[in-house]
Amino acid sequence: MAKVFIYPATSLILSDLVERFGHEPLGSAISIREHVQTPGFDSPPIQMTSEDPQKGLKWAAVEVPSGVRGRMSLYGPLVEQAEAAIIIDEPDFAFGCMGCARTNELLVFMLREKDMPRLELRYPATKEEGVTFVAKIKQFLKDLEVKHE
Amino acid sequence: MNKNEQPVRIAQITCGAEYSGIQNEITSAAETVGAKMFYPDVVLKDVKRAYKDFGLPVKSPDLKLAIARAEAIVEGRIEADGIFIASCFRCAEAAIVRNELRRYIIENSKIPVVSYSFNERTGASTLLTRLEALSTIAKRRSLMAREVQVGTTMGVDSGSSTTKCIIMRDNEIIGTGWRPTTDVLKSADDVIDLALKEADLKISDIEATATTGYGRFLVGKHLKADLIQEELTVNSKGAVYLANAQKGFATVIDIGGMDNKAISVNDGIPGSFTMGGICAGASGRFLEMTAKRLDVDITELGPLSMESEGGENVPMNSYCIVFGTQSLVNALAAGYKRADVAAAACHSVAQQVYEQQLQEVDIKEPVIMVGGSALIQGLVRAMGRMLRTEVVVPHHAQYIGAVGGALISSGFVDKKEKSKEA
Repeated sequence: MAKVFIYPATSLILSDLVERFGHEPLGSAISIREHVQTPGFDSPPIQMTSEDPQKGLKWAAVEVPSGVRGRMSLYGPLVEQAEAAIIIDEPDFAFGCMGCARTNELLVFMLREKDMPRLELRYPATKEEGVTFVAKIKQFLKDLEVKHE
Repeated sequence: MNKNEQPVRIAQITCGAEYSGIQNEITSAAETVGAKMFYPDVVLKDVKRAYKDFGLPVKSPDLKLAIARAEAIVEGRIEADGIFIASCFRCAEAAIVRNELRRYIIENSKIPVVSYSFNERTGASTLLTRLEALSTIAKRRSLMAREVQVGTTMGVDSGSSTTKCIIMRDNEIIGTGWRPTTDVLKSADDVIDLALKEADLKISDIEATATTGYGRFLVGKHLKADLIQEELTVNSKGAVYLANAQKGFATVIDIGGMDNKAISVNDGIPGSFTMGGICAGASGRFLEMTAKRLDVDITELGPLSMESEGGENVPMNSYCIVFGTQSLVNALAAGYKRADVAAAACHSVAQQVYEQQLQEVDIKEPVIMVGGSALIQGLVRAMGRMLRTEVVVPHHAQYIGAVGGALISSGFVDKKEKSKEA
């Protein structure tokens, strides 16, 4: 089983696919769940505090906007844990949507920088492309299984 | 807020607030002023349509969502009393969207809007004055409608640098008091004593009182004031009253000791406004430091600066008060005349205000400058040159918050008289 970072990190479809093929998806659900379930905070809706952008300084400098640093405090630790990544370019909002383009650019760069298996696909525009899209993800995840055995 | 009064509903159109960890600060600042923040709900197809209609090609999905939310309010599909637009400080993409949305809302609706850029250190206290002003403009327009002062009323402005008091009777200023702010309550008591003495009145003669400025809550509680009101609305009201510009458009600029305000006013009621407070280099504090370095009293800085043609030739950058002070020292060491350095400091402050604040409000004439800094002629001249207009400085400009307070609190004299008659 490999830890696979999914991009967009909010994609439930990608998360489900990764899980179905026996791997652990790394995405927003994990980091946000951790925040929401941590007792003692009172900063709804996602329970982030001003300390989070400070933690984000590990991945982005102080002149980077606080929203980017706050997001990096969620995703940075997951990228560090990741053993593989699936990156979908220009996804439809309904497939998975991450709010800040600047964070997304940094995140994709970090995933590309890391020496690990990576699958990059363009979001499908037709049904035929959709079938190929899923097949490629399936094959990538199967190959990961072999590497981890 | 009255217990029966409905909270003011402020639509939150932000990008990055939750991830900057300041959502709780926004919510609690709103609650303090009797307002309630809400996210305007839109569906996916609204986002796609609004983004296409608006025509601004942005990449961040949260900014596309912001556009859809603004459009839903402007088109009346979602009701809001006011709109708070904010995004991360230093994000260029968001700054463009924020600015264009503000303009779009102002041009296409009558809903008051305030825009702001935040970082993780933005606290509820920073947001409080802005949200209080937004709530007042949205729901308490009747307060702002007053044009004539009646009875005997008092306004106290507890500012960051100075505390001021004005006593008015039958639409005339009859007492003034001014002191540097040291102990907040003592300074307030001192200026009230001065104003009462000048007006030859006792405190029991005062029929209604309003407080404003940074110390408004503390002083208001101490005086049992009828009205405790933030300085954005009070100052703009005082400015158009003293400048006799209560009808039509006006722009009010107040360069304060700790922050600057630029407010666009229509028929005496403030519309859009900005309030800057991140950098002291663009505030009156820098001019105080300049006066100190030039070894003149702050009251002499204006005449000194007018001895120069404008000081534009002196290298001066007050973007940061520390580097600004360094520029001062360097300029004097390089042999520039004191008058030129004084004028350069005025020019630099005017430039910062122009670049940081005045880009966010629609400048319409007359431009009225108020606050203590309006008495520094070099600053008024520099601002006028920058805006290419004759800047109006009304009498008692340094007492503007106190005048606005005394004027607006007249409403309570009416109410008290009516309840006596009943």
